[in-house]
Order: sequence, then C-alpha cells, then structure tokens
Amino acid sequence: MEFFYHIGKYLLFLKKVFKRPQKRKIFFQNVFFEIEKLGINSITIVFIVSVFMGAVITLQTAYNIEVSFVPLYLVGLGTRDSMFLEFSSTIVALILAGKVGANIASEIGTMKIREQIEALDMMGVNSESYLVLPKIIAAVFSYPLLTLFSMFVGIFGGYLAVYFTDAIPVDDFVYGLHYYFIPFYISYSLIKMVIFAFITATIPAYQAYFIKGGALEVGNASTKAVVYSSILILFFNVIITQILLS
Amino acid sequence: MIEVRNISKSFGDEQILKDISLIFEQGKTNLIIGQSGSGKTVLLKSVVGIHKIDKGEIILGNEVYSAMNHKEKQKIRKEIGMVFQGGALFDSYSVYENVIFPLRMFSTMTKKEMTERVDFCLDRVNLHHINNSYPSEISGGMQKRVAIARAIVLNPKYLFFDEPNSGLDPKTAIVIDNLIKELTIDFNTVTVINTHDMNSVVEIGDNIAFIYHGEKWWTGNNNEILTSDNKELNDFVFATKLMRSIKK
Repeated sequence: MEFFYHIGKYLLFLKKVFKRPQKRKIFFQNVFFEIEKLGINSITIVFIVSVFMGAVITLQTAYNIEVSFVPLYLVGLGTRDSMFLEFSSTIVALILAGKVGANIASEIGTMKIREQIEALDMMGVNSESYLVLPKIIAAVFSYPLLTLFSMFVGIFGGYLAVYFTDAIPVDDFVYGLHYYFIPFYISYSLIKMVIFAFITATIPAYQAYFIKGGALEVGNASTKAVVYSSILILFFNVIITQILLS
Repeated sequence: MIEVRNISKSFGDEQILKDISLIFEQGKTNLIIGQSGSGKTVLLKSVVGIHKIDKGEIILGNEVYSAMNHKEKQKIRKEIGMVFQGGALFDSYSVYENVIFPLRMFSTMTKKEMTERVDFCLDRVNLHHINNSYPSEISGGMQKRVAIARAIVLNPKYLFFDEPNSGLDPKTAIVIDNLIKELTIDFNTVTVINTHDMNSVVEIGDNIAFIYHGEKWWTGNNNEILTSDNKELNDFVFATKLMRSIKK
C-alpha cells in the first residue's frame, strides 16, 4: 500500500513541479545555473570513469581472445558497442545518480529543515516548480551531452590501452571501431539517458522535499535518493532495451 | 486587522489547537505566548496558511483567507511578510540577493528601483556594507535583521514573526524588539509575534494572547499581564527568579 501511496504522492509532486514558471527570466537563469552545477561540474568524473572503463573493456576483451581464428578487430568493435550500448548511458547514469542525486537531496533537504521552502511558499512562490523544474531541464539537456562525451572518451581510453600495451595492434583496434557501425545505438543510448536524467533529478527531489526532522533525516533522504534512483535506472534500462532493441 | 474565528487543528489523533478565536489589530504588536509545545507555532503557521485548519475561519482584512484556493492565497501572500525562527535565509544567496528576491519574483520595478528599495530596507534595519556577505558570514542578530528586511521589502500589510529572539543575546533581542515595534508603527502593519521571551512581552506587548495546551487561556496587554491572577499564566510569566523579583 505504501508503494502506491508514494507513486501517487510523487505524481502529485510532479504536477506541481511542471506548473508554468512564475518569472521566465529567473527560471532561465536557474536553468543555466543548474546546467553548470549538474552537467559541467560532472565532466571530470565522467571523463575519469569513461577513460578507464574504455581501457579496461579493451584489455579484458583482448586478453580473453585466445582462439586464433577470432579476428582481433573484434576488440575495437566490442569496446565501441559496449560503450555505446551500456556504459556511456547506464553506468554513467548510475555514477551521476550518486553524485548529482545526493547533491539534489541534500540541497533540497537542508532547505526544507531550515524552513527555506516554507519561506518560498509564504512569499507566494511555487517552491516545487522554482526549485525542481530547472534541475530537470538541466539534467535532461546536459546528461545526453555527457553520454556523447563519455562515448568519445571511452573509445579514446581503449585506444590508449592498446597503444601503450600492445595487447592488439592499433590498426586492428581502429578497424574494429569502424566495422559494422549501427548509428541507432547512439540514439538508443541518448533516449535512455534522457529517461535516466529525469529519474536522477526527480527522485532525489521527491525524497528530500517531504522530509521532517534534522540532519539525520537529510542524510537518510540522500541515501534513499541514490538507492531508489539506481534501482529505477536499472529497471528502466531493461524496459527501454526491450522496447527499442527487440 | 486579522480575525481568527474558532479555529481547530489536529495532527493525526492529537488536537493541537482547540477552538481559538483572536483579533490581531493593525498598527499594534500582537503577541502569542505560551510554553514550548503549547501550539503557538501551529497557530501562527495556521494563520499564515502554511497549515490548513480543520475548523473555523481566518479573516485577513475583509477577506476570508482560510476559504481561498491556492491561487488566491498566493496573491494574498505577497501582502504577508514572515520572519521564521532561524531566519530562513537562502544560504547560496548573498544578503543583497536574499532581500531583492521577492522584488525580482513579484515586482515590475527596474533594477535601479529594486536596488534602491533593498538599500532602503537594509538601512531601515540598520545594516550597512554587508550586501555581498553570505548568511553564514554574518551573526545571528544580523541574519534576523536581513530576514526582517526581506519580509518588509514588498511593503506588506501583515507581518509575522516566529520566535524572533530565539538564540539571541538579551541586548540584541531588545534591538530586534524595538525594530519590530518601529516597523509596525511606521508601516501600520498588523504584526503578529510568536514568542516565549518575557522581555519582549514586557517591552512590546500591545496585545497578548496566552495559549495553554492548545486553548486561548488569557488575553490582555503588557501592563495587565503582570497583575493577572490567572494561575497558569502566572506560572508561565513568573517562572524565572528575575520575573518573580519584578513582581515583588
């Protein structure tokens, strides 16, 4: 029963979030501020994770090909498709659920316990829309760009791995990157990331918006935000994959 | 004037406010006093509309505020200034950004006019040269005064203060009390203050309502409170040695 209670409460919360912003100029300023906070400030972590993921996928694939008749260019193809299909969207989304989700939950939770959200409501500001909508727009806009960045950096990481280790010849790796390329994989990954971005922005906001108490509750809300966002990302990953790739 | 008519409020099975009726007058400081847990914060938050009342009516001016829908209430809220217990300043905004915020959201002023208004309000609460400071960089008393500046920036008809002196030293508390009194007279607002600070009661209590276990127990002013024979009120007012010595 509690599950359905939260679904209903979450949908009512979203209804308020998607109300028309009261002052368009301030709304766009907030969106740009959030793009910087959620998107641009995540570039470093996405870069580090992606470059190492690309390198590891490449090396693991290379060292697991023991049979001589398997062409070596499959290492490049495997790295490319792994990054495009799964790592640059799902794994990056999980990383961002931890980084950005905890940030959103702690920010809104602290505002809640310090009566700042009540202060907004008292002034006649629609606090749900004012606080959460810019985060959603910023996430939905910037996360797909981070996915494209992750794809590029991941492949670059794989390239560096073969260049410095001689696990396979560089030319074979590059040939594999070009071999049997399916452009739809990029669209598929970006569609997934838009949905993951929505989850990563709204679930932590919902968890934090209704807390009562003090610092302990803010901490609990942050933990729940990360856990629930991650579970939903994995769940929707299966659903979207079934819909788009079947 | 604000009129509270027979309001009741429960949270679950627990009834917090029991059939309270009060009148808050314009141009006067109206104090709600009572022990912690007596229901005075719930009463204040019910009057401003943060809590929805179960029964009764709240009348602001000539309008039944409690019967309004969300949109109508949002309009009226621009006429209400509220100072929360902790100030409720936005941490990521500077003092200037905090005070200008309601103007940016709701006024059609030019940037120059807004800046002038912010400077006027900060000057009115005796704060100078801290426009670029952040709430964490200024003292508790200053934070309260910034919160007051933010509350008066839209020229409200109604001013609400939740424990304005909590966490302040007695000297700073008197500065805040005097400021509230001056603002009430200068702007002719209906000012409602929720407090358990007896200094405030004696200094600025034009109208006082004593709330006891969720009920309106006593009403009067700062002269009458010292001579009342109401037992529960006396237990509250003269709880400290200092107040008992004043009584003697």
